[in-house]
Amino acid sequence: MKIFTFLLIYILFSFAGVNSAEHNNNLGNKISKNVRCLICQGQSIYDSQSEFAISMKLVIDKKIEEGLNEDEVYKYLKSKYGAWITYDPEFNKKTFILWTLPILLFLLGGAIILRKLILNKF
Amino acid sequence: MKNKLVLILLIIFLIFCFIVLFKALNNNSIYSPKNVINKTIINFSLPDLYTEKNISSDEIFKDSKFYILNIWASWCMPCRDEHPLLMQLNKNSKIKIIGLNYKDSLVNAKSFINKFGNPYSLIVTDKKGIISIELGAYGVPETYIIDENKKIIKKFVGPLNNKALTEINLLIK
Repeated sequence: MKIFTFLLIYILFSFAGVNSAEHNNNLGNKISKNVRCLICQGQSIYDSQSEFAISMKLVIDKKIEEGLNEDEVYKYLKSKYGAWITYDPEFNKKTFILWTLPILLFLLGGAIILRKLILNKF
Repeated sequence: MKNKLVLILLIIFLIFCFIVLFKALNNNSIYSPKNVINKTIINFSLPDLYTEKNISSDEIFKDSKFYILNIWASWCMPCRDEHPLLMQLNKNSKIKIIGLNYKDSLVNAKSFINKFGNPYSLIVTDKKGIISIELGAYGVPETYIIDENKKIIKKFVGPLNNKALTEINLLIK
Protein backbone atom coordinates (compact mmCIF):
# COMPACT_ATOMS: atom_id res chain seq x y z
CA MET A 1 0.00 0.00 0.00
CA LYS A 2 2.84 2.36 0.99
CA ILE A 3 4.65 1.60 -2.24
CA PHE A 4 1.48 2.28 -4.19
CA THR A 5 0.99 5.66 -2.42
CA PHE A 6 4.62 6.54 -3.00
CA LEU A 7 4.34 5.65 -6.69
CA LEU A 8 1.16 7.68 -7.06
CA ILE A 9 2.77 10.76 -5.47
CA TYR A 10 5.89 10.28 -7.60
CA ILE A 11 3.86 10.05 -10.81
CA LEU A 12 1.78 13.12 -9.89
CA PHE A 13 4.90 15.17 -9.14
CA SER A 14 6.55 13.99 -12.34
CA PHE A 15 3.53 15.15 -14.33
CA ALA A 16 3.55 18.48 -12.52
CA GLY A 17 7.24 18.91 -13.40
CA VAL A 18 6.65 18.02 -17.05
CA ASN A 19 3.66 20.40 -17.22
CA SER A 20 5.66 23.23 -15.68
CA ALA A 21 8.57 22.68 -18.09
CA GLU A 22 6.14 22.50 -21.00
CA HIS A 23 4.43 25.69 -19.86
CA ASN A 24 7.79 27.50 -19.61
CA ASN A 25 8.78 26.18 -23.02
CA ASN A 26 5.51 27.36 -24.59
CA LEU A 27 5.81 30.78 -22.96
CA GLY A 28 9.44 31.04 -24.13
CA ASN A 29 8.37 30.24 -27.69
CA LYS A 30 5.48 32.71 -27.52
CA ILE A 31 7.77 35.52 -26.34
CA SER A 32 10.48 34.59 -28.88
CA LYS A 33 7.96 34.96 -31.71
CA ASN A 34 7.22 38.53 -30.62
CA VAL A 35 10.85 39.60 -30.16
CA ARG A 36 12.65 41.13 -33.10
CA CYS A 37 16.06 39.80 -34.11
CA LEU A 38 18.03 43.03 -34.24
CA ILE A 39 20.73 41.75 -36.54
CA CYS A 40 18.58 39.74 -38.96
CA GLN A 41 16.07 41.98 -40.70
CA GLY A 42 12.48 40.83 -40.76
CA GLN A 43 12.93 37.81 -38.52
CA SER A 44 11.85 37.09 -34.99
CA ILE A 45 14.38 35.50 -32.70
CA TYR A 46 12.21 32.36 -32.81
CA ASP A 47 12.85 32.04 -36.54
CA SER A 48 16.49 33.06 -36.49
CA GLN A 49 19.52 30.88 -35.85
CA SER A 50 21.94 33.81 -35.47
CA GLU A 51 24.23 33.96 -32.42
CA PHE A 52 22.24 36.95 -31.14
CA ALA A 53 18.92 35.10 -31.41
CA ILE A 54 20.27 31.94 -29.75
CA SER A 55 21.64 33.98 -26.81
CA MET A 56 18.42 35.97 -26.59
CA LYS A 57 16.34 32.78 -26.38
CA LEU A 58 18.57 31.59 -23.53
CA VAL A 59 18.06 34.91 -21.71
CA ILE A 60 14.27 34.64 -22.15
CA ASP A 61 14.30 31.08 -20.76
CA LYS A 62 16.47 32.25 -17.85
CA LYS A 63 14.08 35.11 -17.05
CA ILE A 64 11.06 32.74 -17.16
CA GLU A 65 12.88 30.36 -14.82
CA GLU A 66 13.55 33.31 -12.50
CA GLY A 67 9.77 33.71 -12.30
CA LEU A 68 9.14 36.67 -14.61
CA ASN A 69 5.82 36.64 -16.47
CA GLU A 70 5.35 37.52 -20.15
CA ASP A 71 4.92 41.27 -19.62
CA GLU A 72 7.87 41.43 -17.24
CA VAL A 73 10.12 39.71 -19.80
CA TYR A 74 9.07 42.24 -22.48
CA LYS A 75 9.66 45.09 -20.02
CA TYR A 76 13.10 43.72 -19.23
CA LEU A 77 14.04 43.41 -22.91
CA LYS A 78 12.71 46.91 -23.66
CA SER A 79 14.84 48.32 -20.84
CA LYS A 80 17.89 46.90 -22.61
CA TYR A 81 17.03 47.37 -26.26
CA GLY A 82 14.18 49.89 -26.44
CA ALA A 83 10.55 49.45 -27.52
CA TRP A 84 11.64 48.38 -31.00
CA ILE A 85 12.71 44.95 -29.73
CA THR A 86 9.10 43.72 -29.69
CA TYR A 87 6.86 43.45 -32.73
CA ASP A 88 3.88 44.65 -30.75
CA PRO A 89 4.28 48.41 -30.23
CA GLU A 90 3.04 49.70 -26.89
CA PHE A 91 0.44 52.47 -26.66
CA ASN A 92 2.15 55.79 -25.91
CA LYS A 93 2.28 59.35 -27.24
CA LYS A 94 4.46 58.28 -30.16
CA THR A 95 2.24 55.38 -31.22
CA PHE A 96 -1.26 56.64 -30.43
CA ILE A 97 -1.95 57.52 -34.10
CA LEU A 98 -0.88 54.03 -35.11
CA TRP A 99 -3.36 52.49 -32.67
CA THR A 100 -6.27 54.93 -32.98
CA LEU A 101 -6.28 55.75 -36.70
CA PRO A 102 -7.57 52.32 -37.89
CA ILE A 103 -10.37 52.46 -35.29
CA LEU A 104 -11.28 56.01 -36.31
CA LEU A 105 -11.27 55.07 -39.99
CA PHE A 106 -13.38 52.01 -39.22
CA LEU A 107 -15.91 54.11 -37.29
CA LEU A 108 -15.94 56.76 -40.02
CA GLY A 109 -16.53 54.11 -42.69
CA GLY A 110 -19.28 52.54 -40.59
CA ALA A 111 -20.94 55.95 -40.11
CA ILE A 112 -20.85 56.65 -43.87
CA ILE A 113 -22.38 53.24 -44.68
CA LEU A 114 -25.02 53.66 -41.97
CA ARG A 115 -25.91 57.13 -43.23
CA LYS A 116 -26.27 55.82 -46.80
CA LEU A 117 -28.46 52.96 -45.61
CA ILE A 118 -30.70 55.29 -43.62
CA LEU A 119 -30.95 57.76 -46.51
CA ASN A 120 -31.84 54.95 -48.95
CA LYS A 121 -34.54 53.66 -46.61
CA PHE A 122 -36.34 56.95 -46.34
CA MET B 1 -21.39 71.45 -51.13
CA LYS B 2 -20.75 67.71 -50.85
CA ASN B 3 -17.87 67.86 -53.33
CA LYS B 4 -16.35 70.73 -51.39
CA LEU B 5 -16.46 68.69 -48.17
CA VAL B 6 -14.80 65.71 -49.86
CA LEU B 7 -12.11 68.00 -51.27
CA ILE B 8 -11.42 69.56 -47.85
CA LEU B 9 -11.24 66.12 -46.22
CA LEU B 10 -8.88 64.91 -48.96
CA ILE B 11 -6.62 67.96 -48.49
CA ILE B 12 -6.57 67.43 -44.71
CA PHE B 13 -5.69 63.76 -45.25
CA LEU B 14 -2.89 64.63 -47.68
CA ILE B 15 -1.47 67.26 -45.30
CA PHE B 16 -1.58 64.70 -42.51
CA CYS B 17 0.28 62.14 -44.67
CA PHE B 18 2.83 64.77 -45.66
CA ILE B 19 3.52 65.74 -42.02
CA VAL B 20 3.88 62.11 -40.91
CA LEU B 21 6.22 61.22 -43.79
CA PHE B 22 8.19 64.44 -43.44
CA LYS B 23 8.72 63.79 -39.73
CA ALA B 24 9.76 60.22 -40.50
CA LEU B 25 12.40 61.52 -42.91
CA ASN B 26 14.29 63.04 -40.01
CA ASN B 27 14.12 59.89 -37.91
CA ASN B 28 17.10 57.63 -37.91
CA SER B 29 16.03 54.23 -39.20
CA ILE B 30 19.18 52.58 -37.89
CA TYR B 31 18.83 51.15 -34.42
CA SER B 32 20.80 53.24 -31.94
CA PRO B 33 21.61 51.86 -28.51
CA LYS B 34 20.60 54.76 -26.26
CA ASN B 35 18.91 52.54 -23.72
CA VAL B 36 21.94 51.50 -21.72
CA ILE B 37 23.61 54.91 -21.54
CA ASN B 38 23.76 56.39 -18.03
CA LYS B 39 22.74 53.08 -16.54
CA THR B 40 24.85 51.19 -14.07
CA ILE B 41 26.46 48.11 -15.49
CA ILE B 42 24.83 44.83 -14.44
CA ASN B 43 26.40 42.57 -11.87
CA PHE B 44 27.87 39.45 -13.36
CA SER B 45 30.35 36.72 -12.73
CA LEU B 46 32.30 35.12 -15.56
CA PRO B 47 35.34 32.83 -15.86
CA ASP B 48 38.75 34.25 -16.69
CA LEU B 49 40.06 33.16 -20.11
CA TYR B 50 43.35 31.90 -18.71
CA THR B 51 42.69 30.74 -15.15
CA GLU B 52 39.03 29.75 -15.82
CA LYS B 53 38.30 31.03 -12.32
CA ASN B 54 35.07 32.99 -11.91
CA ILE B 55 35.52 36.73 -11.47
CA SER B 56 32.70 39.03 -10.37
CA SER B 57 32.01 42.45 -11.85
CA ASP B 58 32.73 43.97 -8.43
CA GLU B 59 36.27 42.63 -8.63
CA ILE B 60 36.68 43.81 -12.21
CA PHE B 61 35.41 47.38 -11.83
CA LYS B 62 37.19 48.54 -8.71
CA ASP B 63 40.52 50.24 -9.17
CA SER B 64 40.38 52.54 -12.17
CA LYS B 65 38.83 55.85 -13.17
CA PHE B 66 37.57 54.61 -16.52
CA TYR B 67 36.95 51.19 -17.94
CA ILE B 68 36.55 49.99 -21.48
CA LEU B 69 34.54 46.80 -21.78
CA ASN B 70 35.15 45.36 -25.21
CA ILE B 71 33.05 42.46 -26.46
CA TRP B 72 35.03 40.45 -28.99
CA ALA B 73 35.50 37.02 -30.52
CA SER B 74 38.24 35.38 -32.53
CA TRP B 75 35.74 34.50 -35.28
CA CYS B 76 34.70 38.13 -35.66
CA MET B 77 36.51 39.82 -38.53
CA PRO B 78 35.75 43.46 -37.53
CA CYS B 79 37.36 42.66 -34.14
CA ARG B 80 40.67 42.26 -35.97
CA ASP B 81 40.25 45.71 -37.52
CA GLU B 82 39.74 47.43 -34.19
CA HIS B 83 42.41 45.49 -32.33
CA PRO B 84 45.30 47.90 -33.15
CA LEU B 85 43.19 50.75 -31.73
CA LEU B 86 42.65 48.83 -28.50
CA MET B 87 46.41 48.27 -28.33
CA GLN B 88 46.81 52.03 -28.70
CA LEU B 89 44.23 52.73 -25.95
CA ASN B 90 46.03 50.31 -23.67
CA LYS B 91 48.90 52.83 -23.42
CA ASN B 92 46.61 55.24 -21.55
CA SER B 93 47.07 54.66 -17.83
CA LYS B 94 43.69 56.21 -16.97
CA ILE B 95 41.78 53.32 -18.43
CA LYS B 96 41.52 49.66 -17.76
CA ILE B 97 40.47 47.59 -20.76
CA ILE B 98 38.44 44.49 -20.07
CA GLY B 99 37.78 41.95 -22.78
CA LEU B 100 34.56 39.99 -22.86
CA ASN B 101 35.10 37.04 -25.13
CA TYR B 102 31.76 36.23 -26.80
CA LYS B 103 30.77 32.67 -27.72
CA ASP B 104 34.25 31.57 -28.62
CA SER B 105 36.47 28.55 -28.17
CA LEU B 106 39.14 29.08 -25.52
CA VAL B 107 41.89 27.81 -27.84
CA ASN B 108 40.92 30.18 -30.66
CA ALA B 109 40.56 33.13 -28.29
CA LYS B 110 44.01 32.52 -26.84
CA SER B 111 45.63 32.14 -30.25
CA PHE B 112 43.95 35.40 -31.37
CA ILE B 113 45.55 37.19 -28.42
CA ASN B 114 48.92 35.54 -29.06
CA LYS B 115 48.81 36.60 -32.69
CA PHE B 116 47.54 40.18 -32.37
CA GLY B 117 48.68 41.16 -28.86
CA ASN B 118 46.83 41.59 -25.58
CA PRO B 119 45.38 45.06 -24.91
CA TYR B 120 43.23 43.74 -22.05
CA SER B 121 43.97 43.86 -18.34
CA LEU B 122 41.59 40.97 -17.98
CA ILE B 123 39.61 38.73 -20.32
CA VAL B 124 36.44 37.00 -19.21
CA THR B 125 34.53 34.49 -21.32
CA ASP B 126 30.82 34.54 -22.06
CA LYS B 127 30.34 31.09 -23.60
CA LYS B 128 26.56 31.21 -23.99
CA GLY B 129 26.33 34.95 -24.70
CA ILE B 130 23.79 35.47 -21.89
CA ILE B 131 25.75 38.20 -20.09
CA SER B 132 26.33 40.06 -23.37
CA ILE B 133 22.57 40.13 -23.99
CA GLU B 134 21.97 41.25 -20.41
CA LEU B 135 24.45 44.05 -21.03
CA GLY B 136 22.32 45.14 -23.99
CA ALA B 137 24.73 44.01 -26.69
CA TYR B 138 23.58 42.54 -29.97
CA GLY B 139 26.75 41.60 -31.72
CA VAL B 140 30.50 41.74 -31.80
CA PRO B 141 32.47 43.91 -31.54
CA GLU B 142 30.86 46.26 -29.10
CA THR B 143 32.55 48.63 -26.69
CA TYR B 144 31.29 50.22 -23.49
CA ILE B 145 32.97 53.13 -21.75
CA ILE B 146 32.29 52.89 -18.04
CA ASP B 147 33.15 55.42 -15.35
CA GLU B 148 34.37 54.81 -11.80
CA ASN B 149 30.77 54.62 -10.53
CA LYS B 150 30.16 51.71 -12.89
CA LYS B 151 27.93 53.88 -15.06
CA ILE B 152 27.95 53.30 -18.82
CA ILE B 153 28.80 56.67 -20.35
CA LYS B 154 29.15 55.63 -23.97
CA LYS B 155 28.56 52.63 -26.14
CA PHE B 156 30.06 51.92 -29.55
CA VAL B 157 28.42 49.35 -31.77
CA GLY B 158 30.70 47.81 -34.35
CA PRO B 159 34.46 48.16 -34.66
CA LEU B 160 36.17 51.16 -33.11
CA ASN B 161 37.63 53.63 -35.59
CA ASN B 162 39.76 56.77 -35.34
CA LYS B 163 36.67 58.94 -34.74
CA ALA B 164 35.64 56.70 -31.84
CA LEU B 165 39.18 56.83 -30.50
CA THR B 166 39.10 60.65 -30.47
CA GLU B 167 35.74 60.54 -28.72
CA ILE B 168 37.05 58.13 -26.07
CA ASN B 169 40.09 60.30 -25.46
CA LEU B 170 37.80 63.31 -24.98
CA LEU B 171 35.57 61.39 -22.57
CA ILE B 172 38.42 60.28 -20.34
CA LYS B 173 40.20 63.63 -20.28
